[in-house]
Amino acid sequence: MDALVLSRLQFAANMTFHILFPAITIGLGWALLLFRWRWLKTKDSAWLTAYRFWTQVFAISFGLGVVSGLTMSFQFGTNWPGFMERVGNIAGPLLGYEVLTAFFLEASFLGVMLFGQSRVSERVHLAATFLVAIGTTISAFWILALNSWMQTPQGYEIINGEFYARSWLQIIFNPSFPFRLVHMLLASSLTVCFLLAGVSAWQILRRRANASTGRVFRTAVTAAAIIIPIQIFVGDLHGLNTLEYQPQKIAAIEGIWHTEHDVPLLLFAMPNERAQTNKYAFGIPDGSSLILTHSLHGEVRGLDQFPNAHPPVAPLFWAFRIMVGTAMLMLAASWLAVWLLRKLAPEDLPRPLLRLFAAMSFAGWLATVAGWYVTEVGRQPFIVYGLLRISEIQARVPASHVAVTLVAYLAIYLFLILAYIGVIRYLAEKPAADEAPLIGAVGADGSTLEVRT
Amino acid sequence: MTFDHVTLDHFLPVIFMSLMGFAMLVYVILDGYDLGVGLLLPRASDDEKDMMISSIGPFWDANETWLVLGVGILLIAFPKAYGVVLTALYLPVTAMLCGLILRGVAFEFRVKGKAHHKQLWNHAFFGGSLLASMAQGWMLGRYITGLAPDTAFLVFAALVALALPAAYVLLGASWLILKTEGALQIKALHWARMAWPAVAVGMLLISLATPWVSVTVRERWFTLPAFFVLLPIPLSTVAALFELAFCLRGERSASHASHIPIMLSAYIMMMGFFGLAYSIYPFVVMDRITLWQAAAAPASLKFILVGVAVTVPMIGAYTIFAYRTFSGKATKLHYG
Repeated sequence: MDALVLSRLQFAANMTFHILFPAITIGLGWALLLFRWRWLKTKDSAWLTAYRFWTQVFAISFGLGVVSGLTMSFQFGTNWPGFMERVGNIAGPLLGYEVLTAFFLEASFLGVMLFGQSRVSERVHLAATFLVAIGTTISAFWILALNSWMQTPQGYEIINGEFYARSWLQIIFNPSFPFRLVHMLLASSLTVCFLLAGVSAWQILRRRANASTGRVFRTAVTAAAIIIPIQIFVGDLHGLNTLEYQPQKIAAIEGIWHTEHDVPLLLFAMPNERAQTNKYAFGIPDGSSLILTHSLHGEVRGLDQFPNAHPPVAPLFWAFRIMVGTAMLMLAASWLAVWLLRKLAPEDLPRPLLRLFAAMSFAGWLATVAGWYVTEVGRQPFIVYGLLRISEIQARVPASHVAVTLVAYLAIYLFLILAYIGVIRYLAEKPAADEAPLIGAVGADGSTLEVRT
Repeated sequence: MTFDHVTLDHFLPVIFMSLMGFAMLVYVILDGYDLGVGLLLPRASDDEKDMMISSIGPFWDANETWLVLGVGILLIAFPKAYGVVLTALYLPVTAMLCGLILRGVAFEFRVKGKAHHKQLWNHAFFGGSLLASMAQGWMLGRYITGLAPDTAFLVFAALVALALPAAYVLLGASWLILKTEGALQIKALHWARMAWPAVAVGMLLISLATPWVSVTVRERWFTLPAFFVLLPIPLSTVAALFELAFCLRGERSASHASHIPIMLSAYIMMMGFFGLAYSIYPFVVMDRITLWQAAAAPASLKFILVGVAVTVPMIGAYTIFAYRTFSGKATKLHYG
């Protein structure tokens, strides 16, 4: 394999690993604020128990997000030096604003939020929790502004191959940005809803539930049941936006090789890049036309209109179906649970349903990563859509260096994902007596279990 | 009007170079002490390990963010140098990142995972700190010598790769003198005394080697008016080193003056930094790319400068808030 393919694999591995943790911390920050606020309002200690437990998950996720994000900030240079040389005038300030407005805010107040409850007043502590949550969201704002600009660039001019900013407002609020930002924020919320519900379900199944478990489960499932329909609606808007600005991405997602009317919505197929056809295609007649043009007979442009400038079809086709399939499963599971919860306590739900939720603890990861693959692979072969090809910006590093470091990264990432899931499971199963664990000694002394106000 | 405009465009890269230097200096001092604490971990008992980690617990995330800012400014303000530097330092950058990743996660996992895994995570915390600080030293050495592939330069880089961890140990031990009491504090005094000669010798060797390996540096320091103007930098560094040695000798710093060692250590790092900054300026890559050649477009720099002007004072304010919240001797941390 050549250095370009290896560099792309390595970058994809890093991006994939990194996004797992922001996908949790963006949503979990707000969930923690909710728990914290409920505790302040109701003085019901179950909310504080929930807050303390999920704070630990937040701390681990945040730590992993910081270290994998640090890797990202270096890999723009180690893997794609040409990117910053050509697009640096635009990408640089957006990344800079992320560091300046978000990273320091969240990292500085995280310490106060995690360990400071006994050192500051209740209100200051609540404010610290809020600032951490808003920090993660501001971070998403800037990084999605940059990513969206790379998909639907505007507000720039090119002089001697270098990009220059003409209007920062146009650059930030580019056509795909609002859709992508909302879609990602909702994706993060859903990821967290299913993590909260899944871990709670696991605790109920393992008889490790405490007073807070059912409450967290109910809150998470209800939120999920409300958010998923909104997410499907936003996803549809996002898709229409993509059809307008990146038609070949849609053509690849739907497996449409040739421009046609009455295009079916394929549920299953094996796209064949060489023969430019789909094998074993099975779909709903006129479905794609209906979704994309909101008319049964609408014309949809096929890949044949974009010679040498369309993304690989099979990965997009499949990633998209994984994302949508997961969303449908989420919809079914959460609505069923909400229906049953009208009469039943979470602890009394049918065990198969609880098992389903436990199995779906990380379903949000699957949908989020699949969605990112759709959007990122869908931009190929460009790095800045329509303007700059990825082959123009690769690093001048020997393939062997990239291969060695790729193996090192993969080994560390695999190990860490397993450790992360293992630790969450261990925390979930730990007896309630250790619920306020010390950073210092394991094995709490009684005083740490006191509620400090 | 035109004249003013040209002047601002001319100074923008200088402003960002200073800011990058500031971020890197803050990073070296702040993450330096917590990397140093990681390097000292194997020398402590299990209880002391917990206390040492507690002392850096509320701070390490934010400390590491200064590195993101430093490399971020390289990326934002000097995109052309960013590519050159990081391509040349590809392998050590990877080593450093692997080290920082291991260390960051070990910090979280060592208390949240199973008790019998704790030793493993302690080792990962030490190993990650060692890998990251040696890789940083190596990169610093390569950077000072303009990334040139010369055997003498590689030896020099290896030397810095040993000296920087020693400096971090001194910072870490000084931090522990400030934040701990009793037997652990006495131990920290001992550790700082052990690190002192390595730091002194390291700084001396680097000071001698830098003008030897680079003609530019030699000319900048050893011309006549400049030499006397610059003399306070090495002289005050030597004075601070001896003051520190004196401090570490007695029990004085164990009681009411426990903040003196960390301040002197930070001062020594600061002077080392100023010396290097003077040697390198106005290059972003030594002898190859000046900061004006590597700079991003003035319009982009102005856009980000507005953000810098607004946020850097705020960052300063909440950094101070965080340190004040957790001021005084470290206590065992717990959530909530």
